[in-house]
Amino acid sequence: MSDASALSGGGLTPLGPSKDSATGGRLGDKVFRGLSGAAGVALLVVIGGIGVFLVAKAIPALRSDTTSFLGTREFLPEADPPTFGVAALAFGTLMSSFLALVMAVPVALGVALFITQVAPRRIAGVLGNLVDLLAAVPSVVYGLWGVAYLNDKIKPVSSVLHRTLGWIPLFGDTGGRYGRSIFLASVVLAIMILPIIAALSREIFLQVPPGNREAAYALGATRWEMIRTAVLPFSRPGITAAVMLGLGRALGETIAVALVLLSNFEITANVLGPGGNTIAANIATKFAEYGPTGRGALIATGLVLFVITFLVNLAARGIVYRSARRLAADA
Amino acid sequence: MTAVPAEALAGDRVRGMRRRLVNRMATVFMGLAVAVALLPLVLVIYYTVVKGLARFGGYFLQHSMRGVGSMDATGGAYHAIIGTLEQVGIATTVAVPVGLLAAVYTVEYGRGRLASTIRFFTDVMTGVPSIVAGLFVYAFWVLALGQGFSGFAAALALMILMLPTIVRSAEEMLKLVPDSLREAALALGVPRWRTILSVVLPTASAGIITGVMLAVARVAGETAPLLLTALNFDSINLDPFHGQQAALPTFIFSQASLSAKVALDRAWAGALTLVLLILVLNLIARAVARRSRVHG
Repeated sequence: MSDASALSGGGLTPLGPSKDSATGGRLGDKVFRGLSGAAGVALLVVIGGIGVFLVAKAIPALRSDTTSFLGTREFLPEADPPTFGVAALAFGTLMSSFLALVMAVPVALGVALFITQVAPRRIAGVLGNLVDLLAAVPSVVYGLWGVAYLNDKIKPVSSVLHRTLGWIPLFGDTGGRYGRSIFLASVVLAIMILPIIAALSREIFLQVPPGNREAAYALGATRWEMIRTAVLPFSRPGITAAVMLGLGRALGETIAVALVLLSNFEITANVLGPGGNTIAANIATKFAEYGPTGRGALIATGLVLFVITFLVNLAARGIVYRSARRLAADA
Repeated sequence: MTAVPAEALAGDRVRGMRRRLVNRMATVFMGLAVAVALLPLVLVIYYTVVKGLARFGGYFLQHSMRGVGSMDATGGAYHAIIGTLEQVGIATTVAVPVGLLAAVYTVEYGRGRLASTIRFFTDVMTGVPSIVAGLFVYAFWVLALGQGFSGFAAALALMILMLPTIVRSAEEMLKLVPDSLREAALALGVPRWRTILSVVLPTASAGIITGVMLAVARVAGETAPLLLTALNFDSINLDPFHGQQAALPTFIFSQASLSAKVALDRAWAGALTLVLLILVLNLIARAVARRSRVHG
């Protein structure tokens, strides 16, 4: 907490107010303080409620599941008896998010470095705004674009990847069928998380003390050597947090992935061929057609997603808070 | 001073050249990264405008999808625009006061464990996937309370997604208000709550409005929670409290899921409508932000 808010946060009491304004003020203060505190507590209640209600509504469906929820690949909650599991969906979720990170992180860091360390101030501002605009495009529009435009462009790329790197199982043989794949989904995800990672790392790079940069230059470092020895080491915890927040976003992204993928439930290590599914996309596409048990099963998978993203965000925020405290201690 | 051997000098020169080369390559890579990042932005906007214009227009904006088959070259997004405006409007009306009060608490009042807990979980809440917010409203509002699917249920989910954004941006703005203003008001004998309401909040208002507008723009494009709370609907439903209701994002999603070309055209026209709506909201936010800089 900054000094400013500490000072305003209750250290000062009005000196010598007139009698009636003091009593009216005290009552008003109590009411207003109570109201604002209640609003704050409401936030906590909501986040707690999310966990409680997802668990409560997932339990009946999980009870009716005849197989192991965590291990089963099929997702047939409407069958008799219901057999469903989160394994295939969780695999697709993690795989697409991981690939998205691999593509987005270097580009996002490059963008953030260019804007903070290379570009002249005026251009930097414009570029920053443009990259932020990427975040303003709704995900449904990205999905539409991904399926109507990018899908055709990704097919030749997929084929090249298979021919050159086919020995890696990820890029193995798909019988010549490419597109509507986890690979396409992860490219779309990469585009969507890029502005988040770029914006956060930009903030972090701006916090590097000028003294560190100047010291590197004074020792005769080139710009890149300055970035490597002064900017990046200082920013490491912040970058880690930014990447994890991007990961959290990719894990939970729903509609773009739902539009891009043809849903199926096979776990294949191959990412170039049609198929694959994620937890979030599966909920969006199946919800309308399912009955109570099916929807309960979807809630159960949503709970898994909530727990995963919650932990990722918790870790990221933890890193941010720790490094903020360390900075405050250094200062 | 001893003479430096010639080969050492040559080695230095080679090393210097390599360092300059690496530096040059790094600069090129960073520039390329910017180009790679901006390419999809240009492509997405270009495609949305070009494809969207095929169906976009007065007819599209004034007709619903009632009785329109997926192959018919008619129909529009009127019902969806109404749904989006109502759902986002209700969400904003609820989220702004709650979010502002919570921010006031953490900045102006809270000093203990509770305030820092609220602040931390507000941050964590920004990361809740939108589909999970939708599932929560379905489990809580639709199932547990038996309220049924409606535009209001969708608004509740959008509200959950807006709240942390509003709280965080309002907190930042409140922290920027100089303490001398607070002290001056308090010294005049003004109670703290009046100080906050008539001195602190008005001073921060422009920045707060910008934050709210950006939060509104963000949730206006949310699709996933709507699919679980308002479902979709092809006719006009003016009542947000009863029955299924369409919205622009779900309109785009459902049209894009059909295979007919006219349906895809409708999806693009819907996307253009949505992007224009969000653009207008963003422009208002920026205009307010600029005004605040002049006055602040």
